Amino acid sequence: MLTIEAVTITLDSFRLQADLVIATGARVALIGPSGAGKSTLLAAIAGFQPLASGVIRWRGQDLAALSPGLRPLTMLFQDSNLFAHLSAAQNVALGLRPDLALAKAGWRRVEAALARVGLEGMAGRKPGALSGGQQSRVALARALIRARPLLLLDEPFAALGPALTAEMLALVAEICSETGATLLMVTHHPADVLALTPDCILVAEGIAHPPQPTAALLANPPEVLRRYLE
Amino acid sequence: MSPGRWLGLGAGALVVALVPGTLLALVWRAGGLAVPLAADWAALRFTLLQAGLSAVISVALAVPVARALARRRFPGRGALIALMGAPFILPVVVAVLGLLAVFGRNGMVNRALAAAGLPGLEIYGLHGVVLAHVFFNLPLATRLILLGWQRIPAERFRLAAALGFSGRDIARQLEWPLLREVVPGALLTVFLLCLTSFAVVLTLGGGPGSGTLELAIYQAFRLEFDLPRVAMLALAQIGLCLAVTVAALQVALPQVSGRGMDRVAERFGTMPPAFGDALLLAAAALFLALPMVMVAARGAAGITDLPVSVWQAAARSVGVALVAAALAVVLGLALAQAALNSRWADRVAMLALAASPVVLGAGLFVVLLPLGDPATLALPVTALVNAVMALPLVVRSLAPALRAIEADHGRLADSLGLVGRARLRWLWLPRLRRPLGFAAGIAAALSMGDLGVIALFSDPTRATLPMQISGLMGAYRMGDAMAAAVLLAGLSFGLFWVCDHWGRHHADD
Repeated sequence: MLTIEAVTITLDSFRLQADLVIATGARVALIGPSGAGKSTLLAAIAGFQPLASGVIRWRGQDLAALSPGLRPLTMLFQDSNLFAHLSAAQNVALGLRPDLALAKAGWRRVEAALARVGLEGMAGRKPGALSGGQQSRVALARALIRARPLLLLDEPFAALGPALTAEMLALVAEICSETGATLLMVTHHPADVLALTPDCILVAEGIAHPPQPTAALLANPPEVLRRYLE
Repeated sequence: MSPGRWLGLGAGALVVALVPGTLLALVWRAGGLAVPLAADWAALRFTLLQAGLSAVISVALAVPVARALARRRFPGRGALIALMGAPFILPVVVAVLGLLAVFGRNGMVNRALAAAGLPGLEIYGLHGVVLAHVFFNLPLATRLILLGWQRIPAERFRLAAALGFSGRDIARQLEWPLLREVVPGALLTVFLLCLTSFAVVLTLGGGPGSGTLELAIYQAFRLEFDLPRVAMLALAQIGLCLAVTVAALQVALPQVSGRGMDRVAERFGTMPPAFGDALLLAAAALFLALPMVMVAARGAAGITDLPVSVWQAAARSVGVALVAAALAVVLGLALAQAALNSRWADRVAMLALAASPVVLGAGLFVVLLPLGDPATLALPVTALVNAVMALPLVVRSLAPALRAIEADHGRLADSLGLVGRARLRWLWLPRLRRPLGFAAGIAAALSMGDLGVIALFSDPTRATLPMQISGLMGAYRMGDAMAAAVLLAGLSFGLFWVCDHWGRHHADD
């Protein structure tokens, strides 16, 4: 269970408050106008954004003391989720050991993860030699192999077309099922992800609201959301 | 504290111990300062005069040369820009030999003048010192200004053409603001380099009234071992350099880098006739290339006949250069990563800009004296001093690159727990390859050609190649000196090329 207790984040004149609970295994979309603070909230959970006040806990443990790499989560950023100078296999292997000192068995796991996301035989390629969709798959293979209990997506597929995005989201759903991960993802198209994220957090006007059923919210959106969705 | 932090602090402490530290050691060992004599004031005046003249002449010539390079497209343009980079890593003794062959008493210019019945040029003294400094710094200033020129977006020139700007309008609206930004930095950079220049003054200056502070320190130390006077002169020299460095840092020193100069500014509309630019570029190319060509032409044949002592000196020099380069890169990387989180590291690296190799050497000499004969440590000390002298360049090449890496990949690396050695091994080193190779190459080449500290510790059995050459020149064995100079230049450029090539090869960026 991820609990966000009376959290306040301040950035210059910007201010975001959140006090909410996300159940283990939930799949939650973050929706709201641009600049409302969706990415900022994810950054705070991931450890890139200090809190002005409040506590974020995972299963009761305060995350504040943990550096980003030690937090029980994998985050996919909007861009540069891969190191361009490392091969696909090395990029995935970083998810097992950051020093890449893997035994044979480790590299076999890496290969299996790449195969699982449909990248068989591409282990040796560098990101520059992969398409945008394939690059996303490498990042997802790493998320799969890290198998952290939380998966945070900050619109990593924004640069892909609608068909590819749908493919990636299907893969995300499979990964969440396989690893039992709790999913939090920023989206600008809540209708498109209705199936993937039954719950959603509305982030608007300085407040991240507690999760609520996506379908109900979309059926009867509050004024601020209606303006944004139209 | 993380190991990275310790490394940064260690590197910083070493620089502080060496740069202000050696000066303090000198003052302390001297037990007091001598009162400046008339000759010392003359040395100060000459130092300022030659540095000022060198800076003004270099930059004044560099502005039209850079403009010509920026606006003209012609075959060989790339080669000319590469030639502009050569003097920076050309050993001073080699350049001096070349300049003597062209402008010396029996050089081609004086022979031509004599044939025409005109009075000859004098190369020793102020003329020669300024001439050599212009030879080294005209191309440096040209590259600095050219880089600035290329920051003017092509769209502005297009707009200027659309608005029907005349050449004078372009100069006023586009070029003048740029020059106001770049020229002060270039002037101060050249001025600073000429303040601490030693080998040029040692070989071409040195007569009455044409010695700099740096040379006066050397003479007071080496000939008289008059420590109170050395300490007084060293204090003046470091004070002067520090003041200029601080001033230089205020105006944002331009960056020396090997890249980004192949772009030609797209120009539209009318251009002044190409004749003037062509003449200017040809003259600049001749001035830079001729001395090097003369050395190569006269020395190349003699290489195989060089005495064994020269080859031994060459081996010593290569060893010193490799150690200096490795040290410079390690210290530079330690400071560059410390500079990610704090401002002191950058400042400490720039402190080395104000360092004088002779003061460093003299200070280390008196520190090492109680431990035994300092001459036995001549080579390690030379490598260390060379590394520290190269630090400002190394840090300037690594720190911005490292900052860019962290900006682009820092979050991803953090989120994957890529810290400490793993970050160094899998993120920094692979992505820093280019600037690392460039920095190592520069440090190795500068160390290879250095004739500073080693002259203080000099001991014929431990001579480096530049010292051997200076000895051969002193003995008027010009043939051998030229041949050894070809060897030295070849080794310097070779070391630079190998390192820089390593950096470019398979670089992922």
